[in-house]
Amino acid sequence: MKVIGKPRRRVDGRAKVTGHTRFADDLVLPRMLHMRLLRSPHPHAHIQSLDAERARKYPGVHLVLTGKDFPVSFGILPVTQDEYPLAPEHVRYVGDPVAAVVAKDEQTASEALDLIEVKYKLLKTISDPIEALQNAEPRIHAYSELGNIHRLQAFEFAGRSNEVSEAIDASDHVFEDLFFYEGNTHLPIEQHASVAEVDGEGKLTLWSSTQVPHYVHRSLARVLQLPPTQIRVIATPNGGGFGGKCDVCNHEMVVAKATMVLGRPVKVCLNREEVFYMHRGRHPVLMKFRTGVTRDGKLTGMHLQTLVDGGGYGSYGVASTFYTGALQTVTYELPRYKFEAARVFTNKPPCGPKRGHGTPQPRFGQEIQLDRIAEKLGMDPAELRLGMIVKPDSLTANWLKIGSIGLAECINQVVARSSFKDRYRKLPFGRGVGLACGSYLCGAGLPIYWNKMPQSGVQLLVDRSGQVTVFCGATEIGQGSDDVLVAIVAEVLGIDPFSVRCITGDTGITPVDLGSYSSRVTVMMGNAALQASEKIRQMIAETVSGELGVAPDKLAFANGRVTFGDKSLTFAEAAGLAEEKFGTLGSVGSYRPPRAPGRFKGAGVGPSPAYSYTACVVEAEVDPATGWITVPKIWIAHDIGRTINPVLARGQVEGSVYMGLSEALMEEQVFRRLPPKLSHALVHKIPSLLEYKSLTSLDMPEVDTVLVEDPDPNCPFGAKEVGQGPLLPVMPAVANAIYDAVGVRIDEIPITPDKVLKALELKAAGKEARVGPSAFPAVPYPQPVEVAPPWEGGDGNARKGAEKPKLKVSAA
Amino acid sequence: MRRNVQLNLSVNGETVEASFAPYKTLLEVLREDLALTGTKHGCELGECGACAVLVDGEPQLSCLVLAVECEGRQIETVEGLARGAELHPLQAAFADLGAAQCGYCTPGILMTAKALLEREPHPSRERIREAVSGNLCRCTGYQQIYEAIEAAAHHMERVARET
Repeated sequence: MKVIGKPRRRVDGRAKVTGHTRFADDLVLPRMLHMRLLRSPHPHAHIQSLDAERARKYPGVHLVLTGKDFPVSFGILPVTQDEYPLAPEHVRYVGDPVAAVVAKDEQTASEALDLIEVKYKLLKTISDPIEALQNAEPRIHAYSELGNIHRLQAFEFAGRSNEVSEAIDASDHVFEDLFFYEGNTHLPIEQHASVAEVDGEGKLTLWSSTQVPHYVHRSLARVLQLPPTQIRVIATPNGGGFGGKCDVCNHEMVVAKATMVLGRPVKVCLNREEVFYMHRGRHPVLMKFRTGVTRDGKLTGMHLQTLVDGGGYGSYGVASTFYTGALQTVTYELPRYKFEAARVFTNKPPCGPKRGHGTPQPRFGQEIQLDRIAEKLGMDPAELRLGMIVKPDSLTANWLKIGSIGLAECINQVVARSSFKDRYRKLPFGRGVGLACGSYLCGAGLPIYWNKMPQSGVQLLVDRSGQVTVFCGATEIGQGSDDVLVAIVAEVLGIDPFSVRCITGDTGITPVDLGSYSSRVTVMMGNAALQASEKIRQMIAETVSGELGVAPDKLAFANGRVTFGDKSLTFAEAAGLAEEKFGTLGSVGSYRPPRAPGRFKGAGVGPSPAYSYTACVVEAEVDPATGWITVPKIWIAHDIGRTINPVLARGQVEGSVYMGLSEALMEEQVFRRLPPKLSHALVHKIPSLLEYKSLTSLDMPEVDTVLVEDPDPNCPFGAKEVGQGPLLPVMPAVANAIYDAVGVRIDEIPITPDKVLKALELKAAGKEARVGPSAFPAVPYPQPVEVAPPWEGGDGNARKGAEKPKLKVSAA
Repeated sequence: MRRNVQLNLSVNGETVEASFAPYKTLLEVLREDLALTGTKHGCELGECGACAVLVDGEPQLSCLVLAVECEGRQIETVEGLARGAELHPLQAAFADLGAAQCGYCTPGILMTAKALLEREPHPSRERIREAVSGNLCRCTGYQQIYEAIEAAAHHMERVARET
């Protein structure tokens, strides 16, 4: 192959280093106005009155919008259309937008915000999951399943009822462990921004830093009651996404409405504090793992319970909650599995998807528990894992179809390169190494809204000059989506990637692609691109075969030429001949994932065309006097299937390691009460880039990266995802390394020096050397949906459905 | 009524006349009044480093500098790095070696690195880490950034030897 697998400058690389890349806030249009949002200062309240008269009269103000202007709700998931662009009546977190001012400049708009008088009737604040379980009232959302429990889920994958608990009880060893994963946020350096314009024909265009222009387009049509044909959403290159620009945002709806009313372009750019309140980041999750193991290191069953803190709105939460349990089965052989989950509403910024979406939390627990299991069984943690890796081309207990698995090679690579076996349990006190693994989706099997249409479409246009233009709705968020698209087209057509023009993320002119989330782009867009380019190649090959008198499949497409032996044409000459033969040259390709084998309700979350695998070893040094943690080096190996551009793939792995380590050691989206004499409101503790701690270059360790290639037949050239999976093993590997270093267990994220110190003190006092949650509250989980695993003669359907929980909320 | 100030700024070796409100930061004047949107912002509070530009050769957070203070000083932004169509060695190395992913922190890091290499043509990895420690990057994990700065330093040294 000429392009695939070769290290290259990314196709959009030049623009990024010259300042040419135009992010949303870089756009300036003639007559453009500026918008700012007024946000609720209270975590939970009803709006009694809103008086915007003074703001409307303020010089330079063109428009004030309030909740009355937006009668229609929206939400990213069809089942949770629970947000309004501006809250009409009920505010659910500090930061919930209630009004907008459009003015000649940002300064004037900000000044006018202060003139809007809102009277609130304060409601009791539900600040955490325990309070949500204990207080059915006041209801944050009327539609929630039970009191303030947004959603309850329960599944048992076993041959008969209660078999999971019985099998665990009957095991040689039973492990029961609690873990807590604190919430954290994406922190893209680019703040969310949007520019809206009405064009000369009266149609709406929205440029926005979004990962999901297609979903934004659909929501705009719904909220503004416009025909979809009158809307065009252009995703500007995102200055970092990580899931934070995956949701449809209030400001996108409001700025679009403002431009429709005023007939002039309007821009909005959130400030950094607003980005913290927009959030949609990692859900805080409390977890209880009960796992049975045989004495020779095989899992007999697992019962996982999760309690998920959702914040004030649905966002992706129903899916996030499923994901806290969906992927426990795809890494290690698990004969039976029970999963119960609850997401609660609280009066905090809504949580949603962040890199790894719902899976880093249980992965943290699962991999620490495996470390404990290995210790108890006297087994090496790598050998324990190697002995139970899921078989390729198999089905899991919860009916996920596994394709290729390069995990054994990943484990062997990191173990060898880190000299793990010479160091594990052998380093002096204060130094340690820890191992963990992870697996992730290569795209969610189902679209967010139910339909049978393709999840990605690609269109190609080729002309006699040899110019190839590729169109796709996929969104460049920095991960290299455009580069993957161009690389595949260039490889198939044998041309230079820099000769391809690439137009993406524009719902007005590109075929639908669902967006940059769930690590779906390489596989879904890539397969669509492969199909479209192969069609064009076929047309050109047919033409040239006549010209050169050889069979079409004997022709080579490479180096900008179409060649057979010593006879060859330039690509442009060949394209010209094909244009003569077929007329204007174009093709389309599309991709829909294979149908998942699970048939039970809830089987839609977890299926993917393929799964990526990662193994990681972290070295940690802990100062026992201060608890200070230093990570000098991390080794990581990722089963990528096939590498498309090793420069970018390595960047995705190392960026994941960075983000995972930052979560492991310091990042937390936490809240505090203002003093009672102020408002007593529940506010973000640290909504700034300085105080929301994240790793800097001085904290970032050396990373040894290995890409393991085990091509998957469902993937373009065998290429799997690399954007999210490599984050997953980092956090538990840190925790396991700290245990190896100083013999204390920190069963919660972030792992901060004060927690390590506390655990060391407990250890010195002869107590359990552990910091982590001590109790799991009573959650009214429903009767589980019972599904027989494939090896129990199941057909993928449920034996028994979920019964609705009784209207009784038990206290903790 | 707010009254604009009018003054001459030297940006990327070019004298430009600008009229702007006196409270505006250098960042705002560059982006809003001079259409130099290559310089980015991530916080406007001096926390992220995305807005770093060079003022008299020193990296400065343009969100914390008042534009009125910059009269008579040499301001350099990412737009001034390339010579015509030819990329500065730092730009070429960043593009080739994966040092720019989303590219949003990139202009600030490029300018910071330029100042470093002008002061220290052969910085150690440790010095590079220190120099960019005020520039937050959420994408790369920094390693490819270090490698690009080192590659550019080597390239510039080679070119300097040959000429």
